[in-house]
Amino acid sequence: MLEIRNLRIEATSFPPGEPPKNVVLVHDVSVTVQKGKVLGLIGESGAGKSTIGLSAMSYGRGGVRLTGGQVLLNGRDIRAAGPADLRKLRGREVTYVAQSAAAAFNPAKRLMEQVIETSLLHGLMPRPEAERRAVDLFRQLGLPNPETIGTRFPHQVSGGQLQRVMTAMALCPRPDLVIFDEPTTALDVTTQIEVLAAIKRAIHDTGVAALYITHDLAVVAQVADDILVLRGGRKVEYGPTRQIIKDPQQDYTRALVSVRSLDHAEKPEAPPILSVAQVTARYKGTNFDVLKNVTVDLAPGQTLAVVGESGSGKSTLARAITGLLPPTKGRITFAGRQLSPDLKGRSKDDLRELQMIYQMADTAMNPRQTVGTLIGRPLEFYFGLKGEAKNKRIQELLDQIEMGRGFVDRYPAELSGGQKQRVCIARALAAKPKLIICDEVTSALDPLVADGILKLLLNLQAEAGVAYLFITHDLATVRAIADRIAVMYRGAVVRYGQKSDVLAPPFDDYTDLLLSSVPEMELGWLEDVISRRKMAAAGN
Amino acid sequence: MVHPILTLVAQRVALGILLLFAASVLIFVGTQILPGDVAQSILGQSATPETLANLRAELGLNDPPLTRYLNWLGGVLQGDLGVALTNGQNIAEAMGKRLGNTLFLAGCAAIVAVPLAIGLGLLSVRYRNRWPDKVISTVTLATISVPEFLIGYIAVYIFSVQFRLLPSLATVYDGMPLGERLYAISLPVLVLVLAVLGHMMRTTRAAILNVLESAYVETAELKGLSPFTIIARHALPNAVAPVITVVMLNMAYLVVGVVVVEVVFVYPGMGQYLVDHVSKRDVPVVQACGLVFAAIYISLNLVADLVSILANPRLRHPK
Amino acid sequence: MMRIPISALIGLVFTGAYFFCAIFAAWIAPYGMAEVVGDSWEPWSAAHLLGTDTIGRDLLSRMIWGGQTTIFVAAAATALSFGLGSVLGFIAAVRGGWVDQVLSRGVDLMMSIPSLISALVVLSVMPVTLPVLILVMGLLDATRVFRLARAVAVDITVMDYVEAARLRGEKQMWIIFREILPNALSPLVAEMGLRFIFAVLFISTLSFLGLGVQPPMADWGGIVKENKEGIVYGIPAALIPAFAIATLAISVNLVADWVLNRTASLKGGRNA
Repeated sequence: MLEIRNLRIEATSFPPGEPPKNVVLVHDVSVTVQKGKVLGLIGESGAGKSTIGLSAMSYGRGGVRLTGGQVLLNGRDIRAAGPADLRKLRGREVTYVAQSAAAAFNPAKRLMEQVIETSLLHGLMPRPEAERRAVDLFRQLGLPNPETIGTRFPHQVSGGQLQRVMTAMALCPRPDLVIFDEPTTALDVTTQIEVLAAIKRAIHDTGVAALYITHDLAVVAQVADDILVLRGGRKVEYGPTRQIIKDPQQDYTRALVSVRSLDHAEKPEAPPILSVAQVTARYKGTNFDVLKNVTVDLAPGQTLAVVGESGSGKSTLARAITGLLPPTKGRITFAGRQLSPDLKGRSKDDLRELQMIYQMADTAMNPRQTVGTLIGRPLEFYFGLKGEAKNKRIQELLDQIEMGRGFVDRYPAELSGGQKQRVCIARALAAKPKLIICDEVTSALDPLVADGILKLLLNLQAEAGVAYLFITHDLATVRAIADRIAVMYRGAVVRYGQKSDVLAPPFDDYTDLLLSSVPEMELGWLEDVISRRKMAAAGN
Repeated sequence: MVHPILTLVAQRVALGILLLFAASVLIFVGTQILPGDVAQSILGQSATPETLANLRAELGLNDPPLTRYLNWLGGVLQGDLGVALTNGQNIAEAMGKRLGNTLFLAGCAAIVAVPLAIGLGLLSVRYRNRWPDKVISTVTLATISVPEFLIGYIAVYIFSVQFRLLPSLATVYDGMPLGERLYAISLPVLVLVLAVLGHMMRTTRAAILNVLESAYVETAELKGLSPFTIIARHALPNAVAPVITVVMLNMAYLVVGVVVVEVVFVYPGMGQYLVDHVSKRDVPVVQACGLVFAAIYISLNLVADLVSILANPRLRHPK
Repeated sequence: MMRIPISALIGLVFTGAYFFCAIFAAWIAPYGMAEVVGDSWEPWSAAHLLGTDTIGRDLLSRMIWGGQTTIFVAAAATALSFGLGSVLGFIAAVRGGWVDQVLSRGVDLMMSIPSLISALVVLSVMPVTLPVLILVMGLLDATRVFRLARAVAVDITVMDYVEAARLRGEKQMWIIFREILPNALSPLVAEMGLRFIFAVLFISTLSFLGLGVQPPMADWGGIVKENKEGIVYGIPAALIPAFAIATLAISVNLVADWVLNRTASLKGGRNA
């Protein structure tokens, strides 16, 4: 159906103030997709997976060019096709599902118009038939009110629903091949599983072939027949899904498969260093509590993981503890003293002993300061270190985060994502804190880099005895690092205790849903979860 | 139930009216309470204590400021703009015809400038970063780097003096046939068009580019739609509102340009009226003109605001 | 590291030349500012490179002296508008709350009247002197600087690194001068160029209308006003300032563009 041979893709980049450069994005990649089969493309950001996906439509974003090899679709080389021929095959033979459906839909047109547009304008079917087909697809994809959802505008439906409508839009003209470009990445984990199941069912029912692009091997293992692992625009490994998961041949693939399998022996309960008691908080000018009666404890040198989806209040809890959002009720005790609710009332030691690391290392560092200044400032500010003593301490900290001597004079823009996060960790450590709040510190990173950061954090904890309040939406990370867990849902803690207790049945409904929604690196996991949920629903 | 967009529109209109009142206060304060004494400025060197006192009484300067403001505002609301100090003429009457002339001139300029700016904007988007785009961008940069009055004299020098094609003075009178009138104002219109074209074209270009670079236009391309369909069905409906907003904001800019251009071409409009009376320190006329210009400016900005509200599908079709 | 593109270099050279002439006008100008040295509207000659003006003053000298006035008034007004606008803008962004509300609504109100109209209204009662002109222009233009400075600072204050500094316990002044200012500087400097051009156009327009710099003092707008009668006789003396204003405006624009691009490249990351 689709055969890509020795594909080479280049782009021209325009670095400001320098002459334009040619960059090779994809080197010599070959794959085939057979009728009704799903090929998974997996890799980190910048691995060239979306670029390869779009090459199946002979489309290059912003100056990207296909410069070598062949792309054979239904036996013809579409690299040679002219614009008119390309228009005929785009939307008719190959369709596309984008990562952000919210941006990919025209905000000014109703959903139905956009879903059937391709079928009508390519003359594939008359309007009534196209609309009937669209409604059938809506139903198949499990959308609420399939008859009427088409009359809505894109902003009137939720993100998960929009992603399914986009899938219906791709399937409506009965294409031979659909390209799914990270269709579930932007969704919450409990929504992701529904969309994933709907997409898988729709692919199966319509018998269409698909390219499924993602950075998450566990996700692609659920839907793909074959997997191509990419790194830096080159093929790492290509084979059937079972072989890639069960018997990976390359080190890189092995690392990807074993990612998130870090485990961490739970430490015993101990008297707390941080104790949050019945904290309730709301933002100024609203009449809605974003934190409701939250009570959690954290022992010195241990990790409390706060888990929840977006909007659960987990980051708000961090703001309440740091004093950025004074609670309306409740008490926060830290290292034996009661903390003033707002920042102004806290002593320098309160501030020093309680440090914070952010999700986006990019925005957490002043782009105009060097690594040396960034790490040096807390040394100066809290300990009055200067000159040689300060430089020596900076070097010790850089050694601790496993970064070399040459980094002191670099600016944040000159570091990789993982290095930036390490510098942020060093800046927090510089204050010799007793507690570090880690707000989604690994979510913006590629899986292998994230693993490296988690290992570093665990080592530092063992060395320095610092406690972590670790905020995350990712349960695999929780397993890797937590001693205690608090599960949050709509501003309240719904489950709380030692890791072994929280992660063992019997579960409350929400924790069950959350735990069972996290993709596991196992074949057939998706089917198991869905059938278990169906049985549970039937049992009720 | 009232559609939420109506509430929003009503709010904006109310805000516009409030702003106009605030602007009237500002104009009043600017002319009456500043350290310069109006009576002193009018009489200049020839002032004697007696004449000063008389004039102050005549102007009502001895009343408290609030009373004076309310008297003035009350008159304005009834269409009475007061009397000019210099010649005792009724300001509203004198201004009526001039306002018509000014709106005619600005209107003609807008009729030429708007389609031209949108056309050039589309053209430079079509040939983005190629030579037509670069030529357009260079020329418009040059036109916005020269003040309007100088563009005016350059145009006069070329078209009236060197080639003797167009009149250098825009003389119009009552009952003038439309064709002659248009010929008489051809140069001022040209200058106004050049003055606003640069900004209007650049902002239009940016607004269209913004839409064309959106993800939904890419979706349309990947649906295999023809370029015409993509533009007609996906780009235009979303580009209209930002383009209209941009055009409206630039029309407001035209209001300022007109003041200077009228002086260059001795055109009997509001701008010249204002400038003349500023030199003569005829405060009531200046206040009235300032208020009218502010009203036009605020309403154009209001229209731009309303268009973007009405065109927003999120507001038109709430959840 | 400091590679200057050719367009910016041209801009810098021309801008520099104009400022040089303005500062050293007394040494460069061949004749005095108001010295009558010939007949009216003499053509170009070796003695008078640009000819003479309507009452027989040397035009080149008038242009150089006029440049001094125009550039001085515009620079002073820009300095005032920047000092005032950026300080208030930063305060509004960092303090927020009612301070921000009062300042922002006040600026909205001032901007609801076109600045030329506001200037005319005020000048109808104020004596037209250089300090008054600078004050009026600076105050009116400060509204635009305020909006930009506030917007830039608001973008920066929501950054995590500013929050990190607050959590560290840094003082407000340290946050403004060490965290916010270095990141706000480039867009503000670029904007300063644009505001300066605007001030040049504005003072020229006012002088042309007879409400700016008063004769016999020379300035570029005034030279147009004095010599405009000549145009109908084909004497281009009034058009010479057009050339000066346009080249100055374009060169400052080129420099401002370069400053802005340099910022963009810093933010974009050198390893990209």
